[in-house]
Amino acid sequence: MALQAVAFYLFALVAVVAALLVVFARNPVHSVLWLILTFFSAAGLFVLMGAEFLAMLLVIVYVGAVMVLFLFVVMMLDVDFAALRGRVAEYFPIGALIGVILLVQFVMGFAAWSEGAAHRAAAATPTPADLPNAHAIGMVLYTQYVYAFQAAGLVLLVAMIGAIALTLRHREGIKRQDPLAQIHRTREEAMEILDVKSGEGLQETRS
Amino acid sequence: MEVGLWSGYVWPGLVILGQTLLLTIVLLIALAFLLYMDRKVWAAVQIRRGPNVVGPFGLLQSFADFLKFVLKEIVVPAGADKPIFLLAPLLSFIFALIAWAVIPFNFGWVISDLNVGVLYVLAISSLGVYGIIMGGWASNSKYPFLGSMRSAAQMVSYEVSIGFVIVCVLLMVGSLNMTDIVMAQQGFGLMGWFFWKQPVMFVVFFISALAETNRPPFDLPEAESELVAGYQVEYSSTPYLLFMVGEYLNIVLMCAMTSILFLGGWLSPIPGLPDGVLWMAGKMVFVFFMFAMVKAIVPRYRYDQLMRLGWKIFLPLSLAFVVLTAGFMKTFDIQPWTMSDEAREIGRAVEVSHGR
Repeated sequence: MALQAVAFYLFALVAVVAALLVVFARNPVHSVLWLILTFFSAAGLFVLMGAEFLAMLLVIVYVGAVMVLFLFVVMMLDVDFAALRGRVAEYFPIGALIGVILLVQFVMGFAAWSEGAAHRAAAATPTPADLPNAHAIGMVLYTQYVYAFQAAGLVLLVAMIGAIALTLRHREGIKRQDPLAQIHRTREEAMEILDVKSGEGLQETRS
Repeated sequence: MEVGLWSGYVWPGLVILGQTLLLTIVLLIALAFLLYMDRKVWAAVQIRRGPNVVGPFGLLQSFADFLKFVLKEIVVPAGADKPIFLLAPLLSFIFALIAWAVIPFNFGWVISDLNVGVLYVLAISSLGVYGIIMGGWASNSKYPFLGSMRSAAQMVSYEVSIGFVIVCVLLMVGSLNMTDIVMAQQGFGLMGWFFWKQPVMFVVFFISALAETNRPPFDLPEAESELVAGYQVEYSSTPYLLFMVGEYLNIVLMCAMTSILFLGGWLSPIPGLPDGVLWMAGKMVFVFFMFAMVKAIVPRYRYDQLMRLGWKIFLPLSLAFVVLTAGFMKTFDIQPWTMSDEAREIGRAVEVSHGR
């Protein structure tokens, strides 16, 4: 158990320090890289809680895909970072307000949690008695919560269609490749043999 | 339950350290010869001799290259973001190496027999892209940045179809554990392999693996004819070596994954012969040979063709096969392997279902 405690404090410390550096790093690309480290430490904490399936999903989906795209957007933005930093004071009150609200929510959540053993018994456990948690999630996700799951899928589908509909433009004069047409091109339609007379060129034969 | 410091932490720690060192050393030495094989195969296709000077038949060429890389000067461009510039190749190398922790070479020959082994490999290989992006960005130069952009888009695209291919296999196994995946392929020699049950998915996985590891014909992130050398333009000496070794480790990892998912891992293809680590190694070398042949004989794809193949062909195809496999198993009432009698016999299913 001692090893688990050491690992927990290590991951927690790295997560907190990296999260602070997300805010305080001078370069936004560094901020994103610190954010990636934060996610990674969070995945480590998930593993410690016995939720290895969720940890892997966190790494695959957020760290492996979402943050890659995020990193690109930040890398390609050409923003004057010094000017942005100068306005920190402007946004400080609203940021502090959100922080306080989050803190209050956490405190309320934990207060309710620690109130009694009954709550704890009713709460979800990461690993039900004798199942690996991929099985456990599958058993409730596709049975008890199947409608919620489908609804979440539909929401994502709508978001995807929306994003495509907003950005897809049909412009005139764009050449697109049609591999099938290329393969099925015959010699007759692809080339034309001309009898070019010396000194006259192609002007007359080409219409 | 009271355990002593020695028997509880120090000794297991030492054992894991020893296993890790052994695996790393064997892997890196094998890699040196695989690199040599890659170059020899490539040369043979082009009717050249390939490396033949250092050592007998040029066998020691990779070691000579290694010495040369290590002894050269590390050049950091003036406009580069130095910490990230040097961190990128390290990350790329480390991520390539740690994925090997869950690859079983024989029954029980695995450093960590994770319940979510396949997902772990998927997660770690999706992290590999950070080395490339960071290297491309930190170089503060146009070609590396373009190369890293291409690489990220490519890896994110092909990961999706690799994920679905793996789901097809997992549906038949019923477990995310690598050892279970191999044990589920027991049968009459090679007839039990998933290659016969999912031949289309095998092809999709093989091609996606080429794309995922930036291997020709999908080596657009480092296409010499367009981007000089892509994200590694500014790298020299040891950092370059780390990038290159990382890339090759990923390729060999994909060979190992192909053997485990479709070619029965360490199981013997001929009934009667004993199973063992040599079969696994042989299968990996065979898949690597196919990778090398593809590199030698297929011309490079254009970028839009690459994206078209990934999103418009492989994604719908692999998605359809997930539905088909699941539907087939449901209709004909075929249980995944972990529910079968053989699984109970060797105790895997029981072991798995008790979380260990």
